Parts: sequence; structure tokens; C-alpha cells
Amino acid sequence: MNDAIQDLRLQVMWTRLISVVEEAAQALMRTAFSTTVRDAGDLSAAVFDTQGRLVAEAVTGTPGHVNSMAAGVRHFLARFPVAEMEEGDHYITNDPWLTAGHLHDITVVSPIFANGRVAGLIGCCCHQLDIGGLGQGPDGRSIFEEGLQIPLLKLASRGRVNADLMEILRQNVRTPLQVEGDVMSYIASNEAGARRVREMLQEFALEGLDGLGDYIIAQSGAATRARIARLPRGTWHNAMTIDGYDRPITLRASLTIEEDCIRVDYAGTDAAVPYGINVVLNYCRAYTVFGLKCVVAPDVPNNHGALAPFVVDAPLGSILNVQRPAPVAARHVIGQMLPDVVLGCLDQALPGRAPAEGSSCLWSVQLRGKLPDGAGFDTVFFNSGGAGARARQDGLSGTAFPSGVRAMPVEVTESAAPIVIWRKELRADSGGPGRQRGGLGQTVEVATRDGSPFEVLAMFERVDHPALGRSGGAPGAAGVVSLASGTAMRAKGRQQIPAGDRLVLELPGGGGLGPVAERDPARIAADLAEGRISAEAARRDYGHN
Amino acid sequence: MTPNDKTARIGADIGGTFTDVVLETPSRRYSIKVLTTYDAPERGLLDGVAALLAQAGLAPADVGFIVHGTTLATNAILERRGARTALLTTAGFRDVLELGTESRFDQYDITMDAPAPLIPRPLRRGVPERIAAGGEVLLALDEDAVRAVARDFLAAGVESVAVAFLHSYANPAHERRAGEILAEAMPGVTVSLSCEVSPEMREYERFSTTAANAYVQPIVASYLGRLDAKLRAGGFDCALFLMLSSGGLTTVQTAARFPVRLVESGPAGGAIFAASIAAERGIDRMLALDVGGTTAKICFVDQGRPKTSQVFEVDRAHRFRKGSGLPLRIPVIEMVEIGAGGGSIARLDGTGRLTVGPQSASSEPGPACYGRGGAKPTVTDADLVLGRIDPTAFAGGKLRLDETAAATAMDQVRAWEAGPQVLALGISEIVDEAMASAVRVHAMEQGATVEDRSLVAFGGAAPLHAARIAEKLGIAEVVIPRSAGVGSAVGFLRAPVAYELSRSLHQRIAALDLEAVNAMLAEMGAQAREVVSAGGGDPAALVEQRVAYARYCGQGYEIAIDVPARPLTEADRAGLLAAFEAAYRAQYGGVVVALPVEILTWRLTVAAPAPQPVAVPGLAPERVVTPDSWRKVMDPASGQVHDFALVRRAGLRPGDHVAGPALIVEEETTTVVSPAFGATVDANHYLVLRRQGETAGARA
Repeated sequence: MNDAIQDLRLQVMWTRLISVVEEAAQALMRTAFSTTVRDAGDLSAAVFDTQGRLVAEAVTGTPGHVNSMAAGVRHFLARFPVAEMEEGDHYITNDPWLTAGHLHDITVVSPIFANGRVAGLIGCCCHQLDIGGLGQGPDGRSIFEEGLQIPLLKLASRGRVNADLMEILRQNVRTPLQVEGDVMSYIASNEAGARRVREMLQEFALEGLDGLGDYIIAQSGAATRARIARLPRGTWHNAMTIDGYDRPITLRASLTIEEDCIRVDYAGTDAAVPYGINVVLNYCRAYTVFGLKCVVAPDVPNNHGALAPFVVDAPLGSILNVQRPAPVAARHVIGQMLPDVVLGCLDQALPGRAPAEGSSCLWSVQLRGKLPDGAGFDTVFFNSGGAGARARQDGLSGTAFPSGVRAMPVEVTESAAPIVIWRKELRADSGGPGRQRGGLGQTVEVATRDGSPFEVLAMFERVDHPALGRSGGAPGAAGVVSLASGTAMRAKGRQQIPAGDRLVLELPGGGGLGPVAERDPARIAADLAEGRISAEAARRDYGHN
Repeated sequence: MTPNDKTARIGADIGGTFTDVVLETPSRRYSIKVLTTYDAPERGLLDGVAALLAQAGLAPADVGFIVHGTTLATNAILERRGARTALLTTAGFRDVLELGTESRFDQYDITMDAPAPLIPRPLRRGVPERIAAGGEVLLALDEDAVRAVARDFLAAGVESVAVAFLHSYANPAHERRAGEILAEAMPGVTVSLSCEVSPEMREYERFSTTAANAYVQPIVASYLGRLDAKLRAGGFDCALFLMLSSGGLTTVQTAARFPVRLVESGPAGGAIFAASIAAERGIDRMLALDVGGTTAKICFVDQGRPKTSQVFEVDRAHRFRKGSGLPLRIPVIEMVEIGAGGGSIARLDGTGRLTVGPQSASSEPGPACYGRGGAKPTVTDADLVLGRIDPTAFAGGKLRLDETAAATAMDQVRAWEAGPQVLALGISEIVDEAMASAVRVHAMEQGATVEDRSLVAFGGAAPLHAARIAEKLGIAEVVIPRSAGVGSAVGFLRAPVAYELSRSLHQRIAALDLEAVNAMLAEMGAQAREVVSAGGGDPAALVEQRVAYARYCGQGYEIAIDVPARPLTEADRAGLLAAFEAAYRAQYGGVVVALPVEILTWRLTVAAPAPQPVAVPGLAPERVVTPDSWRKVMDPASGQVHDFALVRRAGLRPGDHVAGPALIVEEETTTVVSPAFGATVDANHYLVLRRQGETAGARA
């Protein structure tokens, strides 16, 4: 009887912890200055035990952050042992190799003190819009060009903010007050979360989170392993070729399902490149596991236990396990492709469960120009192409996957920078034909308000290599980058848009699933009536007249 | 009973299943529940009214005031039964309604789909025109293109048009001109302009709100017209008001023009009901908790005013998942709804975790203990197994609850080797924790504190769980009112005639163009006064409230600051700034930010005085009640079985005190007084639970 009640209390506390990190994430969005955090939700918040194991994460988090932070907190502990932590301490880093893969993601970890002892840790990881350097594009040739590197440091010591660090930070960025405001919001969010955890420990008369952490991790681990045990055993291979910076890159994976774990090995994947699209191993693991979890165990809450049965490795020096000081700023371009790669393996083991390939890489439009008064502006807005068709549903149009972020409203983007987005609408004929059609990409046209020239730090994918279909479905349309005047543009790297012209982005569509011949004629007619496919494409791709 | 000079007042709430009607005279309250008549909702309402008038011995001419709330607009959206609606928008933006936020509301669910837009793609058409963020015209409106689209709309049988252009909140000229052209070209077709329905920044929310308004307008306008005509024909000559989602009342004319504002009228009535209890008992800071069969609704009421918000979501694909619905930017009482109620079903999830809801056994088949074919364990079954409900007294003894069926159902959630009691305790704890967690997260979003509030609990399942939720939240006082079953309709009669307007005007406080702001606020005030004055009453008694939504330059979320209801002067800049900084610190702690502050949106409310509830003096416990009998009940806080005193609520008088642990039983429900609490009956016959050891009546 008492054991049962103890078990029940642990379950109640588990529910509570998830709500605590949810609160912390809300506080971040409401106090942040970067549009990436406040409007796009490019952030995560999580609680860890004193060994640095992820215990609970906010459901609003984006996979590249959460799963990377899950791997990164042990580095904080190695540098700042629990025994030396003091109340009011906060630790910070943006080291790509320790946490989320590029300098723009800042991680702040703080001890949760209860009764004078460290009960656990709370952390957040946020996409900082401005970290100095070149800005978020693939053009850096080393990490040193990409912005300010913050090693593992004390951000605050016993409640006092590290003034030297803040001064260095302010001096290195273009918008010092906003960046400082952002960093303060990380502290505020962690403090709010820590307070809640402390109250919970008091209510349940607990010393720390470790016992609860053991329970959550054991339960989630067992549930995940039980799902894996039901899968067929074996090894499956897949390769996917994408555009890369100036030449194609092939990502190769083998996926092995064992009795109690799934192993992914990226052996055979191309080597790192001299441009900022390289991926650190943390980030490679983060998106790989996210993709697998969506199919294998989507309902198990994400934590150390749920993640542990997925074992991911990539050869040292490959583009998925790049070494210092390689550039990494636009690592999402490749990292967000990894779910497609491993789902291609999983589809062979479990036919009919994995969606077709999608646009996958977020088309993050990073623009730079001059205001009429000569001051510079930098801005970014997110756009998503089409997702892959699913076993029983068409792919989602203009929707981020695997990324968990939102698009900023056009009216917000235009209020924050002197640009005009002239068009943002679904792109007809871009969804890959199939029994289930791939999601549609979209077409975006942008220029400066006064027609002055501007630059794009291009980092767009699937321009030469479209999203492939599955089980007989056809590929989605490839992306196109051009000027309104007709000139083709490169999909990667910094380029000028001349005065009076517009940048036109046609985002890729998702791949189709299943043979076209099996598509319900009513769906074809509906697509035609709604302008999702043209009459010509209906005839050509579907034989529909 | 004699005719009483139009002092009778009627509140009528048309819900999904029942239409609740309340009739109040200066001396009495009558209420009735009738089944909602879907084909013609006014029929059920009029039947209910007739029944109550007969009961009270009154005639239609004796009624001085009718307030009505309805789910008609909401249901039209949920069931996609609205008018054939089209969208006219800026060329290049026909898909704003479909792209939404371009995100997935569920991170791991690859089978998720967002709700379909109310307007299908072929009826979403763009025309050349463009306004910049600052309001400048970048491209003139192509009027011929508008006429051409209008012809296509007519040919397609369009009944209602939403006009939504980018940045129309900053400059509405193009939308207004397009509206004129459409009115000429499409006579008889209703037109909703986004600059009138929701003149605020963020295109997806504004377009979505305008589309919803256009979609329900023909249906609501025709229904209200019929109802008004039938009331007149039936001899009623009083004013008819509609309950708005914001908790204010408005005229039939305004409701027919902006019907999207009616979507949350029922829940708003519940919040106003709670607010009237706050006024009666002098509760400054309240947490209102309404727990029914399927959902729990949570709302904070400060200084007798429910918190309000500017955004609401309707038609959620996952009912309780934020971001899975269609956003509506309308003034609405801020509340969260979660899938936790008496009928919520408990199960074990993939991890072996015990979860409760959001699936509900509803009223058919109902919980296992109803014996109507339900076999899944619900919260009500757990309450029965725990001994909190008297199986012979439920629904006044009309329904004999089956304890064995409830205990057997517990087997389905055997997460541990334990008997039905412990499993039932688990269900109760998990559902209470879900409600407490929702309160905490909501408090964070609102920047509100929880511990210092009084919890007012109504709806059938709330009294069973309120004390435990209060324990979890550190709350010291719980109030269980009367008439909880028809709370919304009672609330309608406590609401003021009021109207609220918002406009975006994006300026820094330091550079505020006072002349422009004053002119805009004066215009908004005149507009709101016109709406409110149409309801009659003394114009001099109207109260105007102004609020500005401000943030540090560069942030994405605003917080509300009060603005004096008079022309602003230079001297007010410092005051606005100080008010913002104080509000920011209160919400987010003592973080200092050295950035300028900007105001994005101004909101103005004009309200007639609300009917004032009579304050009830605090009552010291005068008599300690001796219980009829005792029952063994397990207490979740300690896991121990205690002897709970059994007391009938009907037999309690003001001043009576019941020491916890106790069960206070009434027809529809039971109030659980946990060992930590004691209950006193106040002058209104409300049960007031306080932590034992604290003096009851201390508030008086």
C-alpha cells in the first residue's frame, strides 16, 4: 500500500515537473527580444538531475535544442562540479561542440537549491539573433569568423551577474541592449523554474530530484525499450544526397534494430566541408533520435530514459561529426535532413510507417541592408516548404518538420526591418504526386521598402536534390532561388540583390507516397479545383482530364 | 404575486445540450433547464421563459431586461455550418489562413492535421494593393480588380465576404474602399472588414478573426432577428441584450455586426457569476474553478473583475492543445479549459503512467457506476470508490450508483499491485494535479500569483475536488456557492452593458504623438459610447476604462498598463513609463532592462454600471454541527483513512460550522472538507472552507 502511494506521488511529481519547464518556456517567450524566441519559439527549457541527465522538457521545445542540451549538461557539471555550486550561480556557453551546434544557440544552466543543497539543475537554450561575427550564414571559413565564442563560464555568481562577460558580449554584437535583455531573460526563466521545483520538493518533503529522476528515467526507458522489442531485428541502409554548399553531399546511414536499442551509424557519410553547414555530433544525434522517436515511441515523454535506447554515431571528421575550428553556423541545413535519412532505413524495416522525404530544412531568410539614414539592418524570417506525404494523409503544406519553430508574422517582420514581403503563398504543383500527395512548398518574394539594394545570406536546400517519394510516390518539386528580374541565384552564400529588384524563393515540396494510380480521383479533382495542382500537372502526373 | 413594474429580469444561456433560463424578481430566483432545440434555438428559449413566467405568476410585460448568451456562433464554426464565405485580400496572401504559423502543434505526432480554414482556397482571392507597416501606400488599390473578383464571388454563390489586407490596422483606406465596392456590386451580401472586426497587427490572427465573423454573420443576424421579433410578438417590450465573450453586454444590432464576439458567451457568464460572488464576499483575489462532466475552466478574478484577454482559439484539432485551433482576436475573458471533469476517463499510457482525460464518458454512457453500459473508470467512479459520494443520495436519490461496477472498473488502471481504493486515489490525485498544474501554468502566463487567492468552485464535480486542489496550490480559503448548475445564466444578470475596442498604434512612449493618441482614443470612446447608449440608461453614468499594451522595444509580448480616461498630456509620459516598469517587475521579477518602452495597442472599454450584488457580512461560526453519521474515506494528502463526518447541506443554516474531515452532501454533488479544512455556512448559504486553525470570518 505504501509503495503504491509512493509510486503515485512520483507520478504526480512527474506531471508537475513537465508543467514547471512549460512555465519556464512561457517566461522566456514573453521576456525575450530575439524574434526567433519571442515569435518563432526557437527555444527549449528542461530540468536535469544532479548527474546532468534530462528529466523533463517543455513540450514547446525544438528538437535541435532539447536533445542537444540533453547531451550538453554533463559538460557543465564537469567544469562546475555540484559540490562547488552556490545559490544564485548561473552558467553559460554557446560552444557548438558542447550544446546545440552553432554560436547562435546560447545555453544557460542553473542549480536548483533546496535546503542549502543542489537538488537538480534547470536549463534553457535559445536562438540568439545576434552573436556578432558574420551573422547566421554558411560563409564563415572557421568558427572564429562566425561570432563571439562564450566558453563554459559563470554568468552569475551568488546572484551577481558577471559584469566583465556582459561587457565583452555587448562590445561584440550589433544590438547590445537587446542581447543583454535576452541573456537576462534566460536567468529570469531559470530562476522562475527553480522556484517552482523548490516549492514542489517542499510540498512532497523531498531532498532532491534524484530519486524522482531515477523513476522517470527508468519508466521512460522501459517503455521505449518495450516499443523497440516489438520491431523486427536487422540492419537496413539508406543514403541521401543533398545540395551542399558548392557540391553535393551524401549522407549514409545504417540502422540496426537490436533487442533493446536502435543503433544508427553514419559511416560512409561525406567529409566535413570548409563552409558553415557542418554538424557537430550532439546536433546530429538530436535530429536523428527525434526522427526515430516520432515513429517508434512518439508518446513517451522526452528525457534521458527515452533517449538512451537510441545510439547514434558518425565518423570523426565527417560532416556529421565535425571538429573544431570548422564553421557550423548554418548547421540546420544538414541536421534537419537527418530524420529523412533514418526514416528511409526505418521504412524498410517497417513499411508504411515513415512519411516520404520532405522539404525538411527550414528556409531561414537572413537579410542585411542599409536604412535610408545609412545605419545597417539585419533581419531574419522563417519559411517552411512542404512535408512528406504520410501513410494515410497528404503531406503538410508550408509546415516546419522536423524543426519545431513557427514563422514570424509578415506584419511583425515588416515592422522590425525596412523590408516588404510582396508574396507568401502556396506553390502550385510542388507537392510530389502519389497516392498521398506531398505537402506544397510556398513562394516568397521580398525586397527593401525603398528599393535599395540588399544582401541575402543564403542557406537554402533541396534546390538541386528534391525530396524523394516513398513506396512508388514521386519527388516533390525542387526549390528555386532567383531574382524577380529572372536571374538565377545560388542557394548558398552571401549575394547582392540589386536596387529595384526582388528576391524570389520557391520552396521545395514534400515527396509523394504510394503509386499515383492509387490516388482517389476525388482528391485529384479537389486539388485541381483548389489550384494545388494545375490542369497540366493533373494530366501529366495523374492522367486526369 | 402582483405585477411588479418591470423588475423581473431574465437570463438565458443556450448551450450544446441544455438551454438554461433564470428569472429573477426582487424577492426570488427561478430557474429551469430545457433541452436545446437545434433547428430553431429560440423555441427552447421561449418555452423556458414561458414556463418560468407561469411559475412566478408574471406576464411578459413585467420583464424589464433579457440577457441572452448562445453557442450558435461557436457551433456554426465547429460544425462548419456557416455561410458560403469568401476572402478578399492583398495579392500574394490568399494562403495566410492556411499557412497559419507554419508549425505543428504536436512535436512528435506525424499524423497531426490543423483544422481546415473556414474559407476554401478557390474563394480566397487577392487583388493588387499594398500598405506598408507604417501605413504608407506602396501600391494603390486596383478597384477594377475588386469589381472583377466581386463578379466571380457572385457567380460562386457567396453569401458573406471577409476583407483583410496587410497592415490595414495602420491604414484602413483600402479595406474601406474595397468594402464599398463590394457592397455596391454584391447587394444583400454581408461584408466584414478586418480594420473593423480586429484592427490589430499580426495578419494570421486578424484574417482568421475576420473570416470567422463573416462566416457566422448571416446565421447569427437572422437568428437574432427572429428571436427579437418573436419576443415582441409575445408581448415583451423590454431591451434584449447579448452576452459577449468579454463579459459585457451588447445590443442585438452590434451583436449582429460582430457576431464573432459571441463565441465564448456561456463561459463568460460563469466568470461573471464568480465575479458576483467576489463582490458579495469582498474577495479581492479569486481563482474561479468550474468543473463539469468533461472539462474544467479556470479563471482569475482580481478586484471583482475577471481577467480578460485579446486572443482565443476555436475549433481546436486537439481540444486542449494550444495552437491547434483557429485563432480569434476578440476581447474575451481569460480562461483555460482542460479536459478534466467528473466523466473524464482514466487509463494507463504507453509508459504505464496513469493519465486522466481528456476523453470523457459524457452523460451517455456515463461513468461505470451509472450502470448505463459505461465500463471505463472515471473520476466520478473514483470519487464513489473513495467513499466521497453517497451512492443512495446521488441526483436526489433518482440514480442509485453502483459501487461494485466502479470498483471493478478500477482494475483497468492497475498501475500498481493495489486495491480499488488506492487506484481510485491515484485517479483522484492525477486529475487534481492536472487542474492544479493548469492553474500554475496559467498563472505564469498571466503573471498572477496563486497562493493568496480564494478558490471559488462551482459545477457538479468541483466541490468534490476543490479542497485537495487548494491544498496543492497552497490556497487557504475555498467557497462553494449555491445555484452552481445554472451559474452562467445567473452571471448574465450580473454583467454590465459594456463595449470594448482595440486599435494598434505603434509608438515609443518617449515619442508618443499625444495629439494623435488623444484623437484616436476620443474616437474610440465615442464609438463605444454609441454602442452602449443604444441599450438605454443614463449616459452620464457610463464608465470609461483605457488600457495600453506596452513592451520594451524589441520584445514580442505586451503587458497591460492602465491609462487615465482623459486626454493625455506631456506629464503623463513619466506615469506611463513608471506603470509599465512596475507591471513588468511584478510579472517577471527585478530584471532591469535599459531599453525604451513602446506601446502597440490601445484598448478602451465603456461600461454602464453593473448591477451591484449585495455585500454579505462575514459570519463567525456560531454553532458546531454534530454529524448524522461517519464514513471511512481515504485522504490523498496523507494516504491515510480517516473518519469523515457526514452532513446534509440542506439542513445547514448560516453560522453553522462543520469541522473537517467531513462530507457535506447535496443533490448533485458532495463537498469534501479535507482534514486540513473546516467549513462555515455564510449568510448566502455558501460553504466557506478555511484551513483549520485559521479564524473563520476574519475577512469581515
